[in-house]
Amino acid sequence: MILLTPLDLTIAALLVLLLALVSWRSGAAVERKLLWSAVRTTLQLLLIGWILKLLFDQSNPLWIALMATIMLLIAGREVMSRQQRSFSGIWGYGMGTVAMFVSSFGVALIALQFIIRPEPWYMPQYAIPLLGMLLGNTMNGISLGLDRLTSSAWEQRHQLEAKLMLGFTARDAMSPLRRDAIRVGMIPMINAMAAAGVVSLPGMMTGQILAGAPPMEAVKYQILIMFLITVGTGFGTLVATTAGTSRLFDDRERLRLDRLKKKVN
Amino acid sequence: MNRPLLELRKLSTLHLKPLSLSLYRGEISALRGSSGAGKSLLLRSICDLIEHQGELFLNDVSHLKMAAHQWRRSVGMLAAESHWWHETIGEHFSDPAGISEPLLQLGLSSAILDQGVTHCSTGERQRLALIRLLQNEPQVLLLDEPTSGLDQTSALKVEEMIKSYVEQHQAAAIWISHDPEQCRRVATHQLMMDNGLVSEDIL
Repeated sequence: MILLTPLDLTIAALLVLLLALVSWRSGAAVERKLLWSAVRTTLQLLLIGWILKLLFDQSNPLWIALMATIMLLIAGREVMSRQQRSFSGIWGYGMGTVAMFVSSFGVALIALQFIIRPEPWYMPQYAIPLLGMLLGNTMNGISLGLDRLTSSAWEQRHQLEAKLMLGFTARDAMSPLRRDAIRVGMIPMINAMAAAGVVSLPGMMTGQILAGAPPMEAVKYQILIMFLITVGTGFGTLVATTAGTSRLFDDRERLRLDRLKKKVN
Repeated sequence: MNRPLLELRKLSTLHLKPLSLSLYRGEISALRGSSGAGKSLLLRSICDLIEHQGELFLNDVSHLKMAAHQWRRSVGMLAAESHWWHETIGEHFSDPAGISEPLLQLGLSSAILDQGVTHCSTGERQRLALIRLLQNEPQVLLLDEPTSGLDQTSALKVEEMIKSYVEQHQAAAIWISHDPEQCRRVATHQLMMDNGLVSEDIL
């Protein structure tokens, strides 16, 4: 493995500066944003590197659990903020967070206990990156699925009520919308699996290879991760859209769009 | 003893003053009142589509004792504007072949079943929505201006179909209309609604 020196990163940073200069000269007006983002990525990644180093050195299950919880809560906030119409009150935050907790933590636990089997099973070098990748991807699926569910229920509110007037159950009335939401949530992951290795070299695998791992070992890990992410995203989207569907109706199967709030921006 | 088919006991919402009302088999109650008086709101509450206080009874069975979708299957509503969710009209009917007779009665051809929803006129869709509702064989019909977009001839055909349905099935109906003539033609009872309050109407 070739270790990077601060000088190596400085060279890369100079290239970013050069891009900013060119962008400024050409009037694209993105140079401030570009530089600020470059600074942010440096600081954020250095910070997380430092935290991970601490975690790896300690390997204390309590600290790992705390880290996992913080990651979950941040992802839950992200899911809510990506909704055009999210559920009001605790449901807006809770639904996505619980769905991610069930799917990501569930899948991570299975992978650590029965597949990767590090010693101890919560070994942070495995647990944290695994959970991070699972959360990042289930977050995408769940937010896409929920967003589609609530926005299509809003757009098709008249059709939904027409169905109810004809004696459809809430479940039957919603089922095409829910199917569509599940599909939207799962499609990115299915596409990523189909394109992996042909159109794109997955980032994790590339990283392992750059770090000196034998390509076949990196590939095996990548396949495992892809499967885990797909399962996590799929089940997470199912949980979220099921909860969302039932929250859209009350116990008398009335469409309750008043339980949604529109995003103000 | 003759018991009411539909009974409202102190039905009220935020904008609807408490209303108790009995509807017997074979009856059609016309409901008039200015726009915004709460007529549609009343029908939607009876259909249990919006939150309300008070209790509703169908054949002496409380709506709370029935699953909501079963209630709505028996107490069906025809909204002022019809809505469709499949591509073609025919897909909205469980037995498209079996409705050629009602189509004919309303002056529509069976070919309309293969048509796209967007290719039908508002008036066609309104009549089709009535047939769609009657196919469910509800016991109570909640009709929100079922002839509002229709010419006189078509409107009379719709009136005829609803009247004979109520008679044959010993059903009952509440019929919102702005036309006093129509109210006189179709209804056995006249109701007036003003600012959320329903009263007997003397035409």
